[in-house]
Amino acid sequence: MKRSGFVIVIVIVVAASAATAQVSYDRIKNAAGEPASWLTYSGNYASHRFSALDEIDASNVSRLRPVWLYQTTSGGELETSPLVADGLMYLSEPPATVTALDVKTGRPVWSWSRPMPTDLRTLGFPRTNRGLAVLGDNVYVGTLDNHVVALDAASGAVRWDVQIAENSIGYCITAAPLAIDGKILVGVSGGEAGVRGFLDALDADTGERLWRFWTIPGPGEPGHETWSGDAWKTGGGATWLTGSYDPELDLLYWGVGNPAPDWNGDVRPGDNLYTCALIALDAKTGKLKWHFQFTPHDVHDWDANQIPVLVDAEVDGRLRKLVVMANRNAFYYVLDREVGTFLLASQYSKQTWAKEIDESGRPVVLPSTEPTEEGTLVWPSLQGATNWFSPSYSPKTRLLYVAVREMGSYYYKAEAEYDAGALFMGGGERALDGDEASGAIRALDLATGKMVWNFQQHSPPWAGVLSTAGGLVFAGAEEGNFFALDASTGEPRWQFQTGGGVRANPIAFEVEGRQHIAIAAGKAILVFGL
Amino acid sequence: MGGTGGEGPSLARPTLRHAADEEALVKVIQEGIEGTDMPGAWQISENEVRQIAAYVRSLSRVESAPLPGDRERGREVFEGASGCGSCHMIEGEGGILGPDLSDVGLRRGAAYLRESLVSPGATIAERFLLVRAQTRAGQEVVGVRVNEDSFTIQLRDQAGRIHSLSKLELQDLEKAFGESLMPSYGSELSAFELDDLIAYLASLRGEP
Repeated sequence: MKRSGFVIVIVIVVAASAATAQVSYDRIKNAAGEPASWLTYSGNYASHRFSALDEIDASNVSRLRPVWLYQTTSGGELETSPLVADGLMYLSEPPATVTALDVKTGRPVWSWSRPMPTDLRTLGFPRTNRGLAVLGDNVYVGTLDNHVVALDAASGAVRWDVQIAENSIGYCITAAPLAIDGKILVGVSGGEAGVRGFLDALDADTGERLWRFWTIPGPGEPGHETWSGDAWKTGGGATWLTGSYDPELDLLYWGVGNPAPDWNGDVRPGDNLYTCALIALDAKTGKLKWHFQFTPHDVHDWDANQIPVLVDAEVDGRLRKLVVMANRNAFYYVLDREVGTFLLASQYSKQTWAKEIDESGRPVVLPSTEPTEEGTLVWPSLQGATNWFSPSYSPKTRLLYVAVREMGSYYYKAEAEYDAGALFMGGGERALDGDEASGAIRALDLATGKMVWNFQQHSPPWAGVLSTAGGLVFAGAEEGNFFALDASTGEPRWQFQTGGGVRANPIAFEVEGRQHIAIAAGKAILVFGL
Repeated sequence: MGGTGGEGPSLARPTLRHAADEEALVKVIQEGIEGTDMPGAWQISENEVRQIAAYVRSLSRVESAPLPGDRERGREVFEGASGCGSCHMIEGEGGILGPDLSDVGLRRGAAYLRESLVSPGATIAERFLLVRAQTRAGQEVVGVRVNEDSFTIQLRDQAGRIHSLSKLELQDLEKAFGESLMPSYGSELSAFELDDLIAYLASLRGEP
């Protein structure tokens, strides 16, 4: 009798835990209303990286202290943005490990790793992974050798594993997948190896490919005329950062990377669509709805792999659905996200390459700014005025917070010959670093792009920004500082020396009803609370 | 030019400290040398890296022109009235305000050493930047920057004391780019003494 009673108890416990582990599409869609969790890479589908939690505010943030640290051991420095759901924190560790931590204590609950092949090629970027997706009772990860794997969120067991591209010619996955209703969206890296970029939609239950959008149009497709000869076959256009999603319009917004080769544009005359562009895709079919190219015929490696932020705001007296982006080319753009109309561009960081952005949204490029054999000094640097690290939009202040890199580079041009699986760059770059470079956190007026405040940083950052309903902006620095600024004024309110470079995005969540903030620094995840 | 050294060391020598063999040299070219000013050149192809490595190796067969000075007399200049040792350490002896020179002959070429002695501000490394800080309480600290982040700065003053300052508590922070605490020895020393001193410094290879 005792024995059968024990069995009954087990069944009840399993059923209860399964019921709480479901991260439904509706939960993610309404993530802004569930601030205790962090359910998708940028916090919500609109990519606001904003937390409605307000327990930590300007009056008490000076008392913020570490609650726990988790030291990773599997590889290099972390660039991951964790997820939090139902008592667990999920994080990716380089090169290909996923770990679930008890959010209360930081103690590991499970860990999964995929061994990397000895001949793995990561051409033009570190062996990194920037995050995960959750949907239903699965956690999804993309690996450097192009496997997309669905793991059981409760145990780490593999549900399915598919390979979507070949690493031998330079493809990798570094971005967090995006989970929408029944689909997992996965982008690829490889723009420095001359891959042909694409975005895949996979069935969330099986891994089967539902559609693929090639970012470099093939013969007969619109946009193909912006290439010549066979250059499109090795044209780059990687999709290496997680995009955004509008459930009402059922449109995905995804940034596309540089054309290849990077610095020698002679071998690819034309605008080179859809490189350095934002594309809006029908989520059901993967068909292109519209595109906007920020940097036609780019020769400075200014990928548009930044976070597209979706906001509804009044422009010229009319409420519009907008997508805004602080682009790597040093201009902030406001577009209509229904049809892609260009509404405004505004310079937000030092640049020496464009006279202006004209009325159609096209840059008026200054002479003598192309790479040369001797080197051409141009701002911003190869890494851009900003990069993959996230901006944040606060609906309370209606400001966009951007981590900015003030840095110039000498750009060099060289012969470019495609060799499958090798770097295909056509030149080089030497940045003005040290005291010649600096960084900032800037608050931009959403509608005009005008700078409202500036917080100066010692060096150009590689860390993203989180804003909160507590009136704070959290950000990080290369020198290890993790800090909070007043969201309205930019005044520093708190800082903590983490002891490792901060190259990641902060998140916020609750543990037992109390607000916490997490950030990766060096090889550790740090969690702070009051 | 010719790999004879400048800000970096002369490459016209049979053995290179960070590149004992071909693979190590390729790695140095691709990844740079951590903790030094040598950057990596990750953008260039494997083939180009191999070509550069072959060129660097060819320099080892170039006969280096001997330096005009006498290194023993140079040592006397260093240890004598010039006062070099009050700020610079060699093999564990000397001051710490300036760079340790124990292996400066491996790290720098003769032309760079001469410029450092004649125009110290022109070659000063960022990690020896001269900084003047004034706190809101009125205290002034002048020293060499040891470290800095967005919120704090650490200075070493002429007495060797470390000052850790919060930027929020500073009224003024002046970074004296192009200036150095080190005096110019262009007129302090004769042309012969300068040659001797350079010969001595160039001979320092970190081998006691």
